[in-house]
Amino acid sequence: MSANLNPSAGYNLNATQNGGAAPPCQNGPGQTYPSVYHAAGYYSSHPQSYPPVMGQGPAPSGKAPVMNSQYHPSYYHNSHPQPVQPTVRAGPPVYDAAQTQVSQSCSATGAPPSSAHHAPQHPPPFKPLTSYPAPYYAPYPASQGLAATAASSAPLYPVASYSSAPGANQYSTVRSSQAPQAQLYQGPPGIGAPPTAVSTAPCTYARPPSGPQVAVNGQVSAVSSPVLQHYDQTQPVVTQSYKALDGDGAGERPPSGTPSNSVHSSPGHHPGADSSTTGSSSPVPNNYESLEDGSYPDSSSLPPPPPSSKAVPPFGYSYPNLHPAYQQKPASRTDTTPSYGGCNPPGYQPFSQPFPNMSQLSTALGGLSGVPELQVEGLRPVNLLQERNILPPSPLPDPEPNLSADLRKVNCSPDTFRCTLTNIPQTQALLNKAKLPLGLLLHPFRDLTQLPVITSNTIVRCRSCRTYINPFVTFLDQRRWKCNLCYRVNDVPDEFMYNPVTRSYGEPHKRPEVQNSTVEFIASSDYMLRPPQPAVYLFVLDVSHNAVETGYLTIFCQSLLDNLDKLPGDTRTRLGFVTFDSTIHFYNLQEGLSQPQMLVVSDIEDIFLPTPDSLLVNLKESRELVKDLLSSLPGMFTHTRETHSALGPALQAAYKLMSPTGGRVSVFQTQLPTQGAGLLQSREDPNLRSSTKGVQHLGPATDFYKKLALDCSGQQIAVDLFLLTSQYSDLASLACVAKYSAGSIYYYPSFHHVHNLPQLEKFQKDLQRYLTRKIGFEAVMRIRCTKGLSIHTFHGNFFVRSTDLLSLANVNPDSGFAVQMSIDESLADTSLTCFQAALLYTSSKGKRRIRVHTLCLPVVSQLSDVFAGADIQAVTCLLANMAIDRSVSSSLSDARDALVNAVVDSLSAYRNTSNLQPAGLVAPSALRLFPLYVLALLKQKALRTGTSTRLDDRVFAMCEFKSQPLQHVMRLVHPNLYRVDNLSDQGALHLNDRMVPQPQLLQLTAEKLTREGAFLMDCGSLLYLWVGKSCSEPFIRDVLGCPDHSSIPQNMSQIPELDNPSSARMRTFLSWLQESRSFWPVLHVVKDDASAKTSFFQHLVEDRTESAFSYYEFLLHIQQQMSK
Amino acid sequence: MAFTFAAFCYMLALLLTAALIFFAIWHIIAFDELKTDYKNPIDQCNTLNPLVLPEYLIHVFFCIMFLCAAEWLTLGLNMPLLAYHVWRYMSRPVMSGPGLYDPTTIMNADILAYCQKEGWCKLAFYLLSFFYYLYGMIYVLVSS
Repeated sequence: MSANLNPSAGYNLNATQNGGAAPPCQNGPGQTYPSVYHAAGYYSSHPQSYPPVMGQGPAPSGKAPVMNSQYHPSYYHNSHPQPVQPTVRAGPPVYDAAQTQVSQSCSATGAPPSSAHHAPQHPPPFKPLTSYPAPYYAPYPASQGLAATAASSAPLYPVASYSSAPGANQYSTVRSSQAPQAQLYQGPPGIGAPPTAVSTAPCTYARPPSGPQVAVNGQVSAVSSPVLQHYDQTQPVVTQSYKALDGDGAGERPPSGTPSNSVHSSPGHHPGADSSTTGSSSPVPNNYESLEDGSYPDSSSLPPPPPSSKAVPPFGYSYPNLHPAYQQKPASRTDTTPSYGGCNPPGYQPFSQPFPNMSQLSTALGGLSGVPELQVEGLRPVNLLQERNILPPSPLPDPEPNLSADLRKVNCSPDTFRCTLTNIPQTQALLNKAKLPLGLLLHPFRDLTQLPVITSNTIVRCRSCRTYINPFVTFLDQRRWKCNLCYRVNDVPDEFMYNPVTRSYGEPHKRPEVQNSTVEFIASSDYMLRPPQPAVYLFVLDVSHNAVETGYLTIFCQSLLDNLDKLPGDTRTRLGFVTFDSTIHFYNLQEGLSQPQMLVVSDIEDIFLPTPDSLLVNLKESRELVKDLLSSLPGMFTHTRETHSALGPALQAAYKLMSPTGGRVSVFQTQLPTQGAGLLQSREDPNLRSSTKGVQHLGPATDFYKKLALDCSGQQIAVDLFLLTSQYSDLASLACVAKYSAGSIYYYPSFHHVHNLPQLEKFQKDLQRYLTRKIGFEAVMRIRCTKGLSIHTFHGNFFVRSTDLLSLANVNPDSGFAVQMSIDESLADTSLTCFQAALLYTSSKGKRRIRVHTLCLPVVSQLSDVFAGADIQAVTCLLANMAIDRSVSSSLSDARDALVNAVVDSLSAYRNTSNLQPAGLVAPSALRLFPLYVLALLKQKALRTGTSTRLDDRVFAMCEFKSQPLQHVMRLVHPNLYRVDNLSDQGALHLNDRMVPQPQLLQLTAEKLTREGAFLMDCGSLLYLWVGKSCSEPFIRDVLGCPDHSSIPQNMSQIPELDNPSSARMRTFLSWLQESRSFWPVLHVVKDDASAKTSFFQHLVEDRTESAFSYYEFLLHIQQQMSK
Repeated sequence: MAFTFAAFCYMLALLLTAALIFFAIWHIIAFDELKTDYKNPIDQCNTLNPLVLPEYLIHVFFCIMFLCAAEWLTLGLNMPLLAYHVWRYMSRPVMSGPGLYDPTTIMNADILAYCQKEGWCKLAFYLLSFFYYLYGMIYVLVSS
């Protein structure tokens, strides 16, 4: 029992650290681990003791300050010729020996004094700490000078002497007498002793003596994780700013309904505040738990330590800390949801830290040979034709790579970074055999609850491939680390030896960079080509007759007025407006004017800026004028008769206006551009909307918008397109302007402020989010991967600058990217592969920052392992991206065939590997949803044929697939269906003070619907509430506030707030669903006879339509194809 | 031995093929630079695109010359490439200027590999045809 509990707790810590499933809004980690350190005074004595340590201890090799300048001269992370590496590398075998001895002696010699001294007076430091008085690096500079001098005297790390008694003795003794480690090394007394409630040391030390280092490691990481939180607290500024930026998302939760740990506390929590929440609603595990997380999960191979009541909270209490799979259905832990406790089979050997060298690494991985249950589960053959209820009752759990517990704990959150195959095949041949696509899905700029931000003079990177140091590098010894991507051995710079978290020296492996796979660096000026740009926003508004008719202008102006103060930016923020019909209107908002001045340029052939200086103005200085303009703008064009739209020239003007600074251009367009450059003709033939043959005109009609986007991208301008239209507007051409400048596309078909209220509401909510969400300017993202892998194709909105570099003029938290990979060289000589995505951007506050995500995955040589590790959601998303590319470059029917073939091929490949030849259609359990998802894809607006689909709708759906993050795409492809008329608190989720009901997921078939029920369908940006004709009166009365079914209004889009338990439950559930995404979904209440019924039923993908297979027919079709 | 029109065609083709070999080499180098990150795809496409039509036109030009000289075998050998050029230009992406290469898709590994392979194949073809023209020229000069 306890053995099971602990690993899950460990998992939870992982999620929290990475911001995993935690709510995406408060980057300020303030409220978490609030009280790790007390006794700032206690530590404050340490710095004084440093210099002597430095003098005596083994000398560092290499001088950080000198190397700084060599380290990152290039703005774009280009690799560059490496300076000669100063250290001589000692042979690994020598090293192993030395190392083990050292660590042994460390623990042995270091322990007694520490346990004598410190253990009593320094019980785990869990009292609340109000603040860390000393500045982050305060003690360091003092010792740095000394370190540098010492370094010059001994350039080579004295490997041999290190293990010899005197040096090691001094070193370890001093070290252990200094810092919190003291407590760690209190080993000896604890050996063999029964574990106690408070101290976690004993259980790790209860290991056989052969692995003392391992034991220490477990301990080390245990302590350092809370420490990291603390470390964050030392950056209150950052915390604050993030909160401000993400303010609107205060209640947001991650997609996928994995609210696991995440009961984040209210935004009111601030750094240093003790969260003081109880176990059940605490946003993070309490300190004891987190301490254990580091050490217990490894100990499954040991006799399970009897958990004390203090250490392991009662089951009910620890609820939020468990994995979602547990949380949601504790009772239904069926065989379809693998038990997480089982993920750490006895075979796992904990390993790592101080300096896990190669041999250790391989032993650790050797432990993997016992195939974990998860993998076995992934391979369980499922006969799809017989399995009627293929859908699991709760959302699919996130994929778990088959890694050791330590690595898994630090691995990147699957919401941010995931791979289609969690087991990477060794060779391209093996990958080809599996017939599954290999690729990554990224959501790099996601709102995170918790993000370690590192300010450091030296950003430690590999000197040959420029990889950032990450948790998966190997420390060969104190002074050298081995890059996990190119295997080059690098020096550890001096500065890195000092750990600001523990304030101790000589522990590079405990630095936050090495403890977290998602970190953010504050970059130095080496990462700038020019001074960081201010936040600049330009709004380009269509004011032709058509636009005024839709009434969007009023809503936009109101929304911007409301959010003027929330626009991300600082005192330099600049704002500008351009409106256009057949002419271009500029607005002079220069400070000092009594009212805004409109300047009309009617020469649209050769556009020029009337007054270049005063059109983009400082928001702070001209706030009143901006407000004036926004309040008068809607009225200015009410009687316009101008029906033409000169979008092209307006965009050219915007480009001219923005090019000196870069920034964001938001274009609002309501019709086909009819004048000037970039004018378009209607290409849609309404008669072909439902043709089954093929769809024309999916590509752009002109390259004007693409070229403009590339120019914009070069000047760091992103163009976001809002298309509010009722007629065909050739989105295929217009979208290019956003696609290649890294913008976003929003589409509101048949928008009207009176006649289409749901769209209106959606537009308002979207604008609210759009205006206030975080933004990164002049960004680039580079994706590096282990030698042998290479990037094949990118999918998303950006411009590909080189083989692994994306140029993103702006980056926003709602865009996702997909990358296809290929295997160039065999990965046989490595057991782990890593992928690192580094996003360099300028924050809205004018800070240059680098966000680094690192994902580590195992390499396998067996085809069956490749199948077992397939992440079907990621595979589906990647296939969707590939299919869309194919449909634009080739044809829609090609793309559809390719999708079907993908299923046929991979299932045939599986059939060929498994010896058994059972009848029916057999899929490995990991792929059991593959046919369903592909069928759903084929029925999407983007890819369907035979059903009437407007061209713009189709193109927009394609754009969404390419630019949305995985969770959103999955909800589009396969919506979640719940029965909601009988919501109960059974199995509900406890969040703070709320109980969120967790109804079962239903299959998307009309068979599951009954007239007696009410069903909620969650399609990402839309929620449908379908109310059956004979739905129970109490439900209609209590929840919808109507006396009976017939009196439910036609266009109901809100659930009234009624004071009764069922209404409360329903609203909690709805708001929980809505919080989990960044864009507010619109609710449609669908009556049995309403016209919206059609669109509701179109989402029931398992049913047959006139032109498409039902799920069962599709399976038969696949079986038939396979037998050919 | 007489200097016929056919001999003139071969001599001209010889010179022009030498030029085409340079085009092909330039093409290969350019894509290699793209692959190794030395150049920005926009710049590279801007330098490559203007060269596409001249290359095709040169080839068309000496094909017509061979047609006039009634060198059917030589013309026949060149027909596949001619057809390929026509097809390639017909199926180019939507572009306002001349050329084939679109900076937004050129970094796609498939397209990059295709372009590189195309470069090598053309280089081989031009080299072989260079020697063939040399042979053809001498043959025509000697036989007539």
